[in-house]
Amino acid sequence: MPRLTLTGLTKAYGKLTVVDRVDLTLEEGEFVSLLGPSGCGKTTTLRMVAGFVDPTGGTIAVDGSVLSAPGAVVPPERRGMSMIFQSYAIWPNMTVEQNVAFGLELRKLPREEVKRRVGEILEVVQLNKLAHRYPAELSGGQQQRVALARAIVVKPSVLLLDEPLSNLDANLREEMRFEIRRLHDEFRITTVYVTHDQAEAMATSDRIAVMNAGRIEQVDAPHLLYTRPRTRFVAGFVGRTNLLEARVEGGDLLLDGVNLGPAARAGIAHGVTGAVLVSLRPQAMAILAEEPPANDGLLLRATIAERTYLGEAWDYVLKPEGTALTLRAAAPPLEAHDVGAHVWLRIDPRQVAVVE
Amino acid sequence: MSDAALPAAAVRPARFRLLEPVMLLWVALIAALLVLVAAPLIKMLLISFEMQDTGEFTFENYLTAYGRQRYIDALRNSLLLGALSAAISTVIAVPMAWAVSRTDMPGKGFTWAMVLAAFIMPPYLGAIGWILLAGPNSGWINVTWRALTGATDPLVNVYTFTGMAFVIALHSFPLVFIFVKSALDLISSEMEDAANILGGGTWTTMRRVTLPLVWPSILGGFILIFLETIALFGTPAIIGIPARINVVTTQLWQFFEDPVRVEVAAAYAIPLLLITVAMIGVQKLMLSRKGFVSQTGKGGERRQVKLGPWRWVLFGWCLLVGLLAVIKPLTVLLQASFAKAWGRGFSFDNLTLRNYRFLLFEHDVAPQATWNTVWFSAASATMAIVLALLVAYIVIRKLMRFADVLGFIAMAPFVIPGIVMAIGFYAAYAGPPLSLYGSALLIILAFTARFLPIAYANSQAAIRAVHPEMEEAARILGSGRLHAIRRITAPLLKTSLLGGWLVVFIVASRELSAAIFLVGPRTRTMSVLLYDLSEQGNFEVVSAFGGILLFITMVIVGIGMKLVGRDFMLRRE
Repeated sequence: MPRLTLTGLTKAYGKLTVVDRVDLTLEEGEFVSLLGPSGCGKTTTLRMVAGFVDPTGGTIAVDGSVLSAPGAVVPPERRGMSMIFQSYAIWPNMTVEQNVAFGLELRKLPREEVKRRVGEILEVVQLNKLAHRYPAELSGGQQQRVALARAIVVKPSVLLLDEPLSNLDANLREEMRFEIRRLHDEFRITTVYVTHDQAEAMATSDRIAVMNAGRIEQVDAPHLLYTRPRTRFVAGFVGRTNLLEARVEGGDLLLDGVNLGPAARAGIAHGVTGAVLVSLRPQAMAILAEEPPANDGLLLRATIAERTYLGEAWDYVLKPEGTALTLRAAAPPLEAHDVGAHVWLRIDPRQVAVVE
Repeated sequence: MSDAALPAAAVRPARFRLLEPVMLLWVALIAALLVLVAAPLIKMLLISFEMQDTGEFTFENYLTAYGRQRYIDALRNSLLLGALSAAISTVIAVPMAWAVSRTDMPGKGFTWAMVLAAFIMPPYLGAIGWILLAGPNSGWINVTWRALTGATDPLVNVYTFTGMAFVIALHSFPLVFIFVKSALDLISSEMEDAANILGGGTWTTMRRVTLPLVWPSILGGFILIFLETIALFGTPAIIGIPARINVVTTQLWQFFEDPVRVEVAAAYAIPLLLITVAMIGVQKLMLSRKGFVSQTGKGGERRQVKLGPWRWVLFGWCLLVGLLAVIKPLTVLLQASFAKAWGRGFSFDNLTLRNYRFLLFEHDVAPQATWNTVWFSAASATMAIVLALLVAYIVIRKLMRFADVLGFIAMAPFVIPGIVMAIGFYAAYAGPPLSLYGSALLIILAFTARFLPIAYANSQAAIRAVHPEMEEAARILGSGRLHAIRRITAPLLKTSLLGGWLVVFIVASRELSAAIFLVGPRTRTMSVLLYDLSEQGNFEVVSAFGGILLFITMVIVGIGMKLVGRDFMLRRE
């Protein structure tokens, strides 16, 4: 039985539907991110799971028992979950130790047990030396660790994180990403993680649910989301891409009249035919100064129109000859080509995904 | 894996949610607000159209209220007095605010202390102080003037229209000061630098850039003082009645003299209410214009303007204001309170504790009045804060639909002059069926209603400062709403609520205009008794009683500064 099941979950404020028939299932110990731009409904979804917002349609079930349905909602305090908030919400009137012990005390555990578990978890998040400090005396990263410890120590049925890293500076954010994943690997708590930062979602999650305008567009493992986006929105939102018009005829994908061959067939959903839109990642192309001896892939002659040096890569804009297309392609730092140079462009057909 | 210690999940059916405690609370709050705010106002409106004995519908009261030149003159006098006092206050306060906020003027601590003292001192005490200073015959200033020059005419006379406006302004200007200073504090120096680099000197920059940016605050302060002045009772009664200057509030008081004509008073109070509502509306409209809102607090540092020798001129101004508003009236009051006869001046054989001893141990009303003031103020501060806190919590956390209505009613007394509110309370509750006239409850309720907006603004700010996620973090870990409020929210609100309580206590302890219509023989407050004593003209005893009132206030202010912080009285809400 799945740990957490959202079925047709909907939230509307009057005529405005902010979460629209969301279906999502998490197995026990799974880490799933809700990824999307601001206003896509991801935080509302999370707050419905927590019980702070009542759904107007659909249900939320944990281990098979329904916790939320329209008009009948178990309050947050009886859900056995825990949550990490954007503001951390560390109580400034309590020490680190008191903050972390709060949930355990409510569970009426014996005093020694509380003390032992608080000690253990503070050790894990490396705060044991700061147990008697007040939050005002901690740095942002340390406060974040208190929030993590406080949420994990109660062994929640589901752990919810609401953009927990958005208030940290860039370096710390990267560090905390791995910290969150490390804690998940150690405790295997079923986790829902809300973020608008794709790198964060990719680094932490087993699966990512991409949301847009209240709906889930695609749920997949991070690498599949990147190489096989299924909608135009997902292709554009996760990483950068070239969106090109193409045709599917007889099961084959034709890009500007050129057949991409059998390797591209995996990217075509069954039964699709006619005009389609495909996503071609800048990394799915190689730029060659001369025509290669063995013509092993799809080759296009192209002219370099613009170039930008980004340090870790070149960013080229190319115009394939004889077409009206404009493509963006990435190349390693040593592969420099001048603007106006005639080059060969090799497309990897396995990385072409039909999105529409 | 997960702890099973939490109670098993139980889904509550929808119909029980109607009976949630918060719903009952909402109904209770609505009832309380209706009793405190809506009922007195409505009753006052109704009664203004009723015949005194029969209750028949009539316009008679309005004809009486506006049928005599004397009554119309009083209305005109009120408006003039309000405008003049507000203008003088603005002239006094704007340079002070600019000096303290933006310049390197010396003695800023002293200036702050003077503003705070002028704010704390009850206006009627200041008025009595100024009678001792500028009474035409025996006032200190005039006695000294005559001794120095041999002139026979007085130099200054407090018993005039300008004298009265001046005395009122000396205790109102802190409002303009606070408004303008807090606006100035938010303007970045870069605004001024931008004018400097284009060739504007210090004065041009102040005149063309800085002051226009705080124009809404100056206007806001002006309007507020205008409204406070037209609703003020103490100073117009103490100075205006002997000077034969009649204003709306003193005229209302005369309608309450035997035979009490509360219907006429109600009709006569309506313009006061309408003017206040209209002015607050005008102010809101003007402030909602976007062009002024550069005060985002962003844009870096705020440097002090270097004034050179001019800084001593500004300090001289602040010193003069402090002298006139606080030091001189306070000195003569204290002198009088310890004197056998105040006119004999400072000498050892004139010193006595008799006035204090008489008031504290021999006077038949004073000890009772002192006790009344303390406990009425404490009770109404407590009621106002509790009520305001509950309403603010429901409104800010959006616990109910239509919660905003509660907030609106709680803020409504802000636009009701205290004297109008008192007449409303008298009309609604003094007579049958409740017959509360002369009871402590009536006064406590009226004070609670009157100062509810202060308490509400305070509670709102306090609750806003506590992020809702603080409570949610507790709830998701297993604590119910009430438990979360008790363990998390309440401790976080403690200090700022204490500050709010103390502010309400202080303003309630000096309240005169609402009290004077509602007190009975056993429920006199210090402010009312002070007024009665001043009518008898025994200034030594009056001063001593003022000294006791000031002492109580100072103790409370001291506690507040210690527990809440130096500026707890003078924050702009």
